[in-house]
Amino acid sequence: MIGFLRGLLAGSIHAGTPLLYATLGELISERAGIVNLGLEGVMLMGAVVGFVTAVLTGSAALGVVAAALAGGCFNMVFAFLVITRRANQLASGLALMFCGVGLSALLGAPYIGSQVQGLNELAPPILNYDALVYLAVPLALLVWWVLFSTRWGLILRAVGENPTAAFAAGKNPHALQYQALFIAGLLGGVAGAHLSLGIAKTWAEWMTAGRGFVAVALVIFSKWDPLRALAGALLFGGAISLQLQMQARGVPISPFLLDMLPYLLSLAVLAVWGGARRHAAPASLGRVFQGTE
Amino acid sequence: MSSSAREAAGALSGVRNGRLESLARFGGLFALALGVFAIVLLVFGKNPLKAYIDIFSGTLASGYGFSEILVKMIPLMLTAVAVAVPARIWLINVGGEGQLFIGALFATWGALTFGSLPSWILLTMMFLLGFLGGGVWAAISGILRARGWASETISTLLLNYVAILLVNYFVFGPWKDPEGVNYPQTSEFVSGAILPALGATRVHLGLVFALVAVMLFAFVLARTRWGLEMRAIGGNQEAARRSGIPIARYVVLLMFVGGGIAGVAGMSEVSAIQGRLRPSLSPGYGYAGFLISWMAAGHPLGIVAASFLLAVITAGGDILQITQGLPASVVSILMAIILFVVLGRKAGMR
Repeated sequence: MIGFLRGLLAGSIHAGTPLLYATLGELISERAGIVNLGLEGVMLMGAVVGFVTAVLTGSAALGVVAAALAGGCFNMVFAFLVITRRANQLASGLALMFCGVGLSALLGAPYIGSQVQGLNELAPPILNYDALVYLAVPLALLVWWVLFSTRWGLILRAVGENPTAAFAAGKNPHALQYQALFIAGLLGGVAGAHLSLGIAKTWAEWMTAGRGFVAVALVIFSKWDPLRALAGALLFGGAISLQLQMQARGVPISPFLLDMLPYLLSLAVLAVWGGARRHAAPASLGRVFQGTE
Repeated sequence: MSSSAREAAGALSGVRNGRLESLARFGGLFALALGVFAIVLLVFGKNPLKAYIDIFSGTLASGYGFSEILVKMIPLMLTAVAVAVPARIWLINVGGEGQLFIGALFATWGALTFGSLPSWILLTMMFLLGFLGGGVWAAISGILRARGWASETISTLLLNYVAILLVNYFVFGPWKDPEGVNYPQTSEFVSGAILPALGATRVHLGLVFALVAVMLFAFVLARTRWGLEMRAIGGNQEAARRSGIPIARYVVLLMFVGGGIAGVAGMSEVSAIQGRLRPSLSPGYGYAGFLISWMAAGHPLGIVAASFLLAVITAGGDILQITQGLPASVVSILMAIILFVVLGRKAGMR
């Protein structure tokens, strides 16, 4: 039982890490008033670019950097559509997801079955985590600090609440939203790289399996607060890890039913938290700043 | 002629002119998308011209190729209507894929359980089961939305994954074909559970389902009280609520109907194309249906036209996989680029 719980906790932290990176990214863009359902595609691009870079250069660290940049640049396509062209955010996000699915499949096709060393596990060796796991919690603290204690964070939140007022105060809502989406893309890319380089150590088509959407649900669960996102990511990591632990122990439940846990948990969490706490959402979330003309 | 009738006639001719113009515009956007996709192919060292010729000669240039386009249009039209129905009141149903799978699951249950019934009863039953399955699956999201608990966008997306896992569970578990060795599939349906096909092609009765769905959608929207109330809710929710239209009931009902139509797509695929339930039932028809409905802005004729276009692209994916060794999901890049240019066109062109 102790072994089971220990394995469960270790697994939760491992599986929760990419979710946390993705959730923090989505949280930043939603604080700026933009919902990005394309996160799934951004994560896929990060996963494939990180993996291919690691295969070609032999350096997983370089892979993570490349993945972050790929995620950031890829998200700029979405940013152009929703900010400059004022397109519908949900449809643009889904289009980005389609694009990520196809482009990552095309990029990764020659590398299916390739092996990488992956991210090194760091000391202390009790839990065997890689650097990205250790960086996840400080990152959540950093995002929290930036959003709530810096000038940039204040303006960003103002843009998410009321872009017209922010504009009247002499700020440029569009520039801030571009910045927020670039950072969100960086984090989404890292999240993908942790999946391919940290956890799976391989590439498979559509390997994110909906984790991008789970992260969007997690942002709602966290009430747009980076510190709550920590708890949320751990909980969802737990749902993923529970399935692996039960399978490893030969518990006679179909793995397909256990695989449903994270999605069903997301739904349950949305139903319980989403309705009652809607007021926590940025007031202009999902609306397009039309300018002031 | 009353003034309102004159207005309506004026609006209609406006729509006609607009339709031609928008058709030309759409052609331009489509050419742009093809150009961008050609660049993507070039970057990856493929010959885009050959790719387009392959797609054309494999689909539109032969009778068989064309019949296969019709085959692909069936689930695409159905899943597009499944998105368009709830979209009339601004509900975003991205769960067509999951609803299709659950519809197929329910229909399969019917086929495996009542195989001894006469064909027409069995098929009717499978049709209703498919509708019910997809409908219930979508109604879950409808209820969550109507109660203000969760946005239907995210819940339909999440339920897609649950639906596919559920089908996997049955196909790998209780319903696994004992003679299938290790293949994850149910045993073959009895011949009475197969939808009749047209001549020697794979075009099947589902085409009638799809066309009827599109026509019913157009008719209900334009000619019935429900259509009027849907337009009222879509136009101004607050005003509709105050004039006593039961919005919450419409939310659940329209999600149910939309999901049911996607479920019929699942039923017709599993019955006519697969002949048994497999996890590889759909290459993303549900997502493509969303795209189609979006491109057509929910217009019935536009749905047929956009379904045709996406059917060519989907079939093109299979062809490119064979002739150019590209992964089949590459066509989702082309779909995405088309959507990008449609979404990104200048604000004034809307």
